[in-house]
Amino acid sequence: MATEISLPVLSPNDFASDQEVRWCPGCGDYSILAQMKKVLPTLGVPPERTVFVSGIGCSSRFPYYMNTYGIHSIHGRAPAVATGLKASRPDLSVWVITGDGDALSIGGNHLMHAIRRNLDINIILFNNQIYGLTKGQYSPTSPLGKVTKSTPLGAIDNPIYPLSVAIGCEATFVARSTDTNIKHLSMVLKRAAEHRGTSFVEVYQNCLVFNDGAFDYATERDQKVEHTVELEHGKPLIFGKNRDRGIRLNGMNPEVVELGRGISEDDLLFHDERLPEPSLAYLLSRMRYPEFPEAIGVFRDVDRPRYEELLNDQIAEARKAKGDGELAKLFSAGETWTVEA
Amino acid sequence: MATVEKPIRDIEEATVRFCGDSGDGMQLAGTQLTNTSALLGNDVATLPDFPAEIRAPRGTLAGVSGFQIHFASHDIYTPGDTVDALVAMNPAALATNLSDLAPGGTLIVNEDEFEDRQIKQAGYLTNPLSDGSLDGYQLFRVPMTRLTRLAVAEQNLGVKESDRCRNFFAMGLVFWLYDRPLDPTLRYINDKFSKRPEIAEANRRALRAGVNYGETVDAFTSHYRVRRAKLAPGTYRNIMGNEALATGLIAASKLSNCELFLGSYPITPASDILHELSKFKHYGVRTFQAEDEIAAVTSAIGAAFGGSMSVTSSSGPGIALKQEAIGLAVMTELPLIVINVQRGGPSTGLPTKTEQADLGQAIFGRNGECPLPVIAARSPADCFEVAIEAWRLATRYMTPVMLLSDGFIANGSEPWRLPNVADLPTISVEHPGALNEGDTFRPYARDERLARPWALPGTPGLMHRIGGLEKQDITGNVCYDAENHQHMVHLRARKVANIANDIPEQTVDGPASGDLLVVSWGGTYGACATAAHHAQTEGQAVAHCHLRYLNPLPRNLGEILSRYRRVLVPELNRGQLRMILRAEYLVNAVGLNKIKGKPFVVGEVTRKINELLKGETNGATNGDGFVPTPTQSPVSLREGLQGD
Ligand SMILES: Cc1ncc(C[n+]2csc(CCOP(=O)(O)OP(=O)(O)O)c2C)c(N)n1
Ligand code: SF4
Repeated sequence: MATEISLPVLSPNDFASDQEVRWCPGCGDYSILAQMKKVLPTLGVPPERTVFVSGIGCSSRFPYYMNTYGIHSIHGRAPAVATGLKASRPDLSVWVITGDGDALSIGGNHLMHAIRRNLDINIILFNNQIYGLTKGQYSPTSPLGKVTKSTPLGAIDNPIYPLSVAIGCEATFVARSTDTNIKHLSMVLKRAAEHRGTSFVEVYQNCLVFNDGAFDYATERDQKVEHTVELEHGKPLIFGKNRDRGIRLNGMNPEVVELGRGISEDDLLFHDERLPEPSLAYLLSRMRYPEFPEAIGVFRDVDRPRYEELLNDQIAEARKAKGDGELAKLFSAGETWTVEA
Repeated sequence: MATVEKPIRDIEEATVRFCGDSGDGMQLAGTQLTNTSALLGNDVATLPDFPAEIRAPRGTLAGVSGFQIHFASHDIYTPGDTVDALVAMNPAALATNLSDLAPGGTLIVNEDEFEDRQIKQAGYLTNPLSDGSLDGYQLFRVPMTRLTRLAVAEQNLGVKESDRCRNFFAMGLVFWLYDRPLDPTLRYINDKFSKRPEIAEANRRALRAGVNYGETVDAFTSHYRVRRAKLAPGTYRNIMGNEALATGLIAASKLSNCELFLGSYPITPASDILHELSKFKHYGVRTFQAEDEIAAVTSAIGAAFGGSMSVTSSSGPGIALKQEAIGLAVMTELPLIVINVQRGGPSTGLPTKTEQADLGQAIFGRNGECPLPVIAARSPADCFEVAIEAWRLATRYMTPVMLLSDGFIANGSEPWRLPNVADLPTISVEHPGALNEGDTFRPYARDERLARPWALPGTPGLMHRIGGLEKQDITGNVCYDAENHQHMVHLRARKVANIANDIPEQTVDGPASGDLLVVSWGGTYGACATAAHHAQTEGQAVAHCHLRYLNPLPRNLGEILSRYRRVLVPELNRGQLRMILRAEYLVNAVGLNKIKGKPFVVGEVTRKINELLKGETNGATNGDGFVPTPTQSPVSLREGLQGD
């Protein structure tokens, strides 16, 4: 008979540090911070076993506001810092906080490799389609034509889409949410934490100062029902104020259709998070406003061995096969000879 | 048919070089001769020389690979200035290596490869074997290809496979010439080719054929013996620099009870540290081949935060990439070992050649006021101790430590006396435990050495955040305050400077004062020590001072420098240590600077010593023809300091 062990009940405040939060008033980062503090106490991991790792950017100040362990590292490198930490300390719950510039410009390489290794970490990318901390240059997610300080005549480089990148690297968990949809965001963060493997979450985040309203279509009360479609496992993709429109597959291509007049729910695309092939998730990540409603929710949630487990299994097996390494043996490896006194 | 025993002559030392095409197995031949000589009890030192290309076209000058070994019945510190016996497997090898053969030296060539096409390919207009150009040497023309094919004929191998046994024939001949036993090589063959018995047998036969050739052919009139050296009593093995580094790192991990994490990205000549450590998973070693050097160092920083003994290894170009992250480790005050196995630079430079031109990068190569301890290994076996010392400093002072090696040390080898495990000092590493009720944790509070606590995630109550933004003293909170920044910059500098009190005082070999002090660091140790020793035996007042610690410098170094009339700093760079010594001590140090991708030979240092003692050169020249302007004289340096 198991005895009940009473775990201390944690509250959001247990995860709040004593540091003054320094984002611009109205910044979307506040909301993400608040949801994180709400979700963490529900996970059963105490603050001392939680570590936040970030790069550089407004979003990357996040760890300072959490009463957990934290590293505010250097620009773009948070996934690599987290990799070393998680590989050597699998007992810790490791979160990476990053921005669109941090993760996809300077740190693109590390992001890609962290995802393919599938360590059990959670990467939360705050996408505000702008460089906030350096005061408003365009970022790799800024749309074509975006006018900023560094693109007075409009951006001419094609943007990249964080989820498409992550799915291209065969991320085992991929999701999207928005800063203002707090219930949805909490759900997504919790699901990310529960997934074993690298969870990649894109959060649409409003930069009030340098890119205000970039995601209004997906976050404003009357617009979001028309321009987003909430993914639910096993359910058809339906959206619209009157839930009268859906996504249907036409060959390899998705199309928006009106329900009724010969088209029923059964004709729609049904979401399946668990498909081993990433193609559907990729296709969903390509649905973009204004041609399509943009998908929010969990795109993909599959299981694959985690790097730190494989690494630590190799160590355990080597120890089993060869015995715990002894220094004397190490020193005298190969051919030795003795010089008498 | 019994052959007459040929006379054997005792000699004190010999330097032998095998050279041939990179596919000819010259590294193997050199390694076998090295191990055999070491097992015989000789002191040995080696110098492999790889081509930059993996497989340059056969027979070309670019494809020549060499391996030099110096073995002796007394202590030696270098792989030898000139070669006593050169084995050249083809014309290209002869062309690129002949200049290092001593006048009158033994020259063994595979005459079968001296066909017109190959001779031309090597840049010769006429056949050097017959045009008289080799008259100054004892030339032995050996038809190695034919003899090897004959020796292995019964194994029914193809021509290519038969020819691959030629290096064993060459080894056999050299083993006969220097009276070396075959057993170690026969054991190697059994091990290596256990799955291909026909190849094993062919190699054995080729080896014996080489020995028999020496024994029977009249041209070889005598052979040599080099008796065992009087090494300190103990058990020895032959060890290469990178191997010794890896071994030292594992030892440090055990001695400190921290599991080892290596984040690394392949680069010549540092890759073998990654390869070597990857073999030792059962010692709890985690190796992580990262996507680039930046991930290599930052993953190591992540692991350091988690409590691992963290190491990152690379060479110059990779270290350049790591520098921003090393700054993060300085700011976050985490222990970390950064290994730089230096190679010829700048940029991709000379990947397979040695140089010491990253001292500046080690000491000054980061943004901001960013000091860290820098130490350097002096020889292959010394890497073991230096690795342990690096980790001792890193943990006692909570700082990244830069450990410098170089291509010459990394691939060179020498006998290593196995330490007694029980005699190795433990490295005590402490992590603070959970706090008492009501206490607050101060991540940037300091102990008497100015080190901050190494608090590990997982410890209740010690949650804290570190990062690259300036930290408030004691609390570790982000702080932009002007006074605090100045204070912290000085604090970090003082912490590193204090290490001078925790390292041995500098010693010198030779007279405590005199006419000349030779100051060296890193892999030039052997050449400088030998040259200074020669000078001393000739009665010259010359001493040698070899620095392991480059930052901070030993606290008595300034005083030592002041006791000699002149100071000579030989370096494989344009004078990086010399510049530091001049700046630090206002000493009029002179340089001997060679930047050819090759180590010093003793003769070069000796010549410079003699030149200086005779007062032939202006003391201020620095070896590459550059004459400093008056602003570099001690007086104006002092003036330059006034704005401090
Ligand atoms: C090596 C380096 N290069 C450049 C910078 C300057 N920098 C700081 S943050 C940033 C971009 C941040 O953009 P993003 O990741 O989108 O984060 P946000 O501030 O928008 O949250 C840049 C270019 C830096 N800190 N380090
Ligand atoms: S600049 Fe933008 S992203 Fe940065 S804190 Fe202000 S509102 Fe937020």
